[in-house]
Amino acid sequence: MRVIVMIKANEQSEAGEMPSEKLLTEMTAYNEELVKAGVMLAGEGLHPSSSGKRVVFSGSDRKVIDGPFSESKELLAGYWVWQVKDMDEAIEWVKRIPDADEGTEAIVEIRPVFEAEDFGDELTPELRERENRMREQLEANG
Amino acid sequence: MPAAETRRAIEAVWRIESARLIAGLARLVRDVGVAEELAQEALVAALEQWPESGVPDNPGAWLMATGKHRAVDRLRRAEVHDRKTLELGRELELRGETESRDLEAEIDDPFDDDLLRLIFTTCHPVLSTDGRVALTLRLLGGLTTKEIASAYLVPESTVAQRIVRAKRTLTAANVPFEVPERDELGERLASVLEAIYLIFNEGYAATAGDDWMRPELIEEALRLGRILAELLPSEPEVHGLVALMELQASRSRARTGSHGERILLLDQDRSRWDWLLVGRGLVALERAKRTGGALGPYTLQAAIAACHARATVAADTDWEGIVALYDALGQLMPTPVVELNRAVAIGMAFGPEAALELVDSLRCEPALSGYHLLPVVRGDLLDKLGRTDEARSEFQRAASLTENTGERAALLERMAACSPRNGT
Repeated sequence: MRVIVMIKANEQSEAGEMPSEKLLTEMTAYNEELVKAGVMLAGEGLHPSSSGKRVVFSGSDRKVIDGPFSESKELLAGYWVWQVKDMDEAIEWVKRIPDADEGTEAIVEIRPVFEAEDFGDELTPELRERENRMREQLEANG
Repeated sequence: MPAAETRRAIEAVWRIESARLIAGLARLVRDVGVAEELAQEALVAALEQWPESGVPDNPGAWLMATGKHRAVDRLRRAEVHDRKTLELGRELELRGETESRDLEAEIDDPFDDDLLRLIFTTCHPVLSTDGRVALTLRLLGGLTTKEIASAYLVPESTVAQRIVRAKRTLTAANVPFEVPERDELGERLASVLEAIYLIFNEGYAATAGDDWMRPELIEEALRLGRILAELLPSEPEVHGLVALMELQASRSRARTGSHGERILLLDQDRSRWDWLLVGRGLVALERAKRTGGALGPYTLQAAIAACHARATVAADTDWEGIVALYDALGQLMPTPVVELNRAVAIGMAFGPEAALELVDSLRCEPALSGYHLLPVVRGDLLDKLGRTDEARSEFQRAASLTENTGERAALLERMAACSPRNGT
């Protein structure tokens, strides 16, 4: 399954303060570990909400609101996309995220991504192996 | 932490740690079968102790230390007259003395050469492909025998048998727990890549069962490939294989219609492709090309897949580029299936006439006799050339060759659609 792991913003991240060098180093090592484990698909850090915009939809109306936004716990400071076996594996990886800098609080939220894996089952139990294999290799066949 | 929660946490730790745990222990005991037993014993100890004590801060180190203790115990208990075991025991105790301080460092650098040694061992060419696949899923994927059996829709006992036999074969052949030397690396790596791609293909084009894709095997193969790409960053074909798998997997959800029917590549809704995987595939392909020399078969196939991935609409496909890549692939893999693919690409790039000539030359290939896609391709080309009567009979022939009722119906429909008015 695929999960998005969201690092919630805090006062420090919203103020645009960089984490300590220690944390940055640890984070780099942690990211490397995720890559080496074949877990990491993507990940980015985000600028504070002061450089963000919100577009509010109301009927056919669109209203653009400039950041910063309040309620920092609802905001994001960064995210990863991971491929894991199940939620338990995701939790285990999240527990290994390096400690937050002293005096700051960090909340990490894990959300499973919808997977379009409810493939039809009416198809052909009797397909033959060779046909299947060859078919897959055939150009323009998917 | 409630017991059930701890148990699930332990399973997750196992999923993350088991491969490097087994790999680390295998370096000590020089036998992957014994290493796996020791790792299992460590797991049992965790299941007994962690619900009481809580999950330790560094669960991987805990499991490794426990497994190592069990290894020493086991060797002490070993029969005295077994000289080989004794030697091993001595060596292990020596290592135990000298290496105990290194253990921490080793655990801090989890994906060291041990993991690579393990991959080369479980994918050793001395093993049957079934054995390689089962052992790799088990020891590197951390899958249980039951999980492997259910992914392959075979009885658990069959998988257990394959694993036991594979371990025995490794022991009997005295396969060293090593990364192969440079001169051997090419052949050994091919065996590893083949095993991973077999797992992927079983997921992408399941050979048994009602579902014709098995996402868990696709994910497992991708994970193994991604791990290998980090372990062997300078091997272009590893990146080529990863690129090929990422790009093929990116189409998974567009390959099936709402009624479970297949949707061919050119008819797929490309907005349903997984663009994250497309991007990863293209990056891996660049890595493969940057890393080295002439493109190998996986990289070439990935490059072909990339031509499709780069076309946001099917009509934009660079068919001439695809033909050139198939020319190169045909040099490396001169098989009738590659030739048939090349013919399709030629038809798209240069028109049906040129392609028909090539397809006709394949008609006497024994490997393609009874293969219904040959008349499908031929019928399609004839139809485009306005030779509708011949096209119809090809589609009819194809329909009689396929075992798949849905596909047969589609082919008969296609046959009916071949009317003279199409003769342009």
